[in-house]
Amino acid sequence: MATRAATLPLPLTAPASAGIWLPAFTLWWRELVRFYRQRARVVGVIASPLLFWLVIGSGFGTSFRSGSPTGQQNYLAYFYPGVLIMIVLFTSIFTMMSVIEDRKEGFLLSVMAAPVPRSAIVLGKVLGGSTLAALQGLVCLIFAPFVGIHLTIENVLFSALVVLLVSFSLTALGFVIAWPMDSTAAFHGIINLFLIPLWMLSGAMFPLAGASRWIRILMRINPLTYGVEALRRLLYPESPLIFRLSSSIATLILFALFMFGLAFIMVNRRTTKPAA
Amino acid sequence: MATKAPAITDPPAPPPSSAAAVISVQDIVHRYDGRTALDGVSFDVRPAEIFGLLGPNGSGKTTLFRILSTLMKPTAGQAVIMGHDATKDPAALRREIGVVFQAQSVDEKLTAYENLWHQGHLYGLHGTALKKRIAEILGRVGLCDRAGELVETFSGGMARRVELAKGLLHHPSVLLLDEPTTGLDPGARRDLWQYLKILRDDEHVSVLVTTHLMEEAERCDRLAIFNEGKLVALGTPAELRNEIGGDVVLLEVTSDPADLAKRIQSRFSVPATVLGGRVRIEMQQGHRFIASAVEAFPGEIQSVSVSKPTLEDVFIDRTGHRFWGESQPDSDSNEEKA
Repeated sequence: MATRAATLPLPLTAPASAGIWLPAFTLWWRELVRFYRQRARVVGVIASPLLFWLVIGSGFGTSFRSGSPTGQQNYLAYFYPGVLIMIVLFTSIFTMMSVIEDRKEGFLLSVMAAPVPRSAIVLGKVLGGSTLAALQGLVCLIFAPFVGIHLTIENVLFSALVVLLVSFSLTALGFVIAWPMDSTAAFHGIINLFLIPLWMLSGAMFPLAGASRWIRILMRINPLTYGVEALRRLLYPESPLIFRLSSSIATLILFALFMFGLAFIMVNRRTTKPAA
Repeated sequence: MATKAPAITDPPAPPPSSAAAVISVQDIVHRYDGRTALDGVSFDVRPAEIFGLLGPNGSGKTTLFRILSTLMKPTAGQAVIMGHDATKDPAALRREIGVVFQAQSVDEKLTAYENLWHQGHLYGLHGTALKKRIAEILGRVGLCDRAGELVETFSGGMARRVELAKGLLHHPSVLLLDEPTTGLDPGARRDLWQYLKILRDDEHVSVLVTTHLMEEAERCDRLAIFNEGKLVALGTPAELRNEIGGDVVLLEVTSDPADLAKRIQSRFSVPATVLGGRVRIEMQQGHRFIASAVEAFPGEIQSVSVSKPTLEDVFIDRTGHRFWGESQPDSDSNEEKA
């Protein structure tokens, strides 16, 4: 437009498009900085899983003890991958409360009004949340030697991959739930509908093999089961398994892609209501 | 409302081609939940002018703001900024505009610098170019020395300046501001308006600002006045005021105001209306009329006021009711700022 050049001699420093990666990176980094600045969250991330694992794990161990003197130790060990997944599950979904906070604090509006592809918003937020969740899961892996698990480098890397995949898909799930909500209270209400069944039916607390038929079907549908299974196989290579590691990981990848796609669809709906 | 004036009286002649419209709004209609928030609104904003959208809460100006900032699609009609259609090509439009929302959008857990750093990345700026630009813009809004401090330690006025810096970081050709002075003290309000004028004059940025405050509307180069989703007046503040011939006379009466208005109308052949229990007359040479009116209706007129028309009078003239309804007596008390 010739008229524009004549009337608006502006230094055009901004490029035509910000692309996906730069905005996604910046949203991801912001998530980490905000986390670090809220010290209570940092403390909670490390202290709560430890407490949970020790208290519940030893408590259940006593109840489930089957006569053998090593029952308690066994159940604590059995419980370990489940606890790790649970920590990842809770952290993943709850980090996406920041979507609601961003909306309330107005930050989201300024992102929506910027020339940023919607996929970058999903990617930045979900990667931010899943980084935090995965970090927490990996912190838990450090405790592995204390329950008598000796990991090879290969197993550590595969475990990290499983933790990352689970974090990513669950954070995307949290994103999908949080996106249309305008209050964190409502989010808590809905989230509990997902958290408890997802975790209880993941093989984290009791093995799939011993469950009743209905529960077994539900457990097979639950994507988290494959995360727990994969992790258990990596941590205890000699334990009896239902799925092969490769099929578990493939299922997790599909789940991650599906959740990301769902989040992407959510974000692309442009509202017609004037409410924020 | 029976007394309502036609939706748009005298749309201005299309601007000359040398000043092509920066923002062009054509027949925008927006409906949701069976409500009509905007009902056929059209206007143009010219380059390097401060254009105001004035209207009471719920008049549709915020809806229009959201359509212009591409956050909402209109039900019908077209909004074009710098040649980019808001519905068809929102990405291109977003690059041209800087947006300052009514609600705060700065992240309080980040420093002023970090807020701008992230904002720059969203607009594709990075590296040393971005660093330089942040330093420059922080200097412009007078926050150089606070760049490294968390925004949660800032006053409302300072946070608003960070907000403005965010909106201007990528050199937009158009700046959109939604009620930008909400929650600011008078000093900070004055500063903001001064800065908008500098932007207009030095950087030729076109500014569109929504407001519900008359004194802010007075500072705009041109104004669009909204009421119940319709554009009821368009022009410079002076033009709009001059459309109301001469003076505004208000009579407080002891008898029935409606009856007196009727009698004044038949006796002096001037249009008289009743507004808030008082008789209101727009006319030339109001002071002369008062003498004859008091003489003509002895004892009925309790008090008299004559004033030059304000923008509020323009609003009353076009809509038949006051800018602030009886339920909203005070303009500042009903802002929903957190």
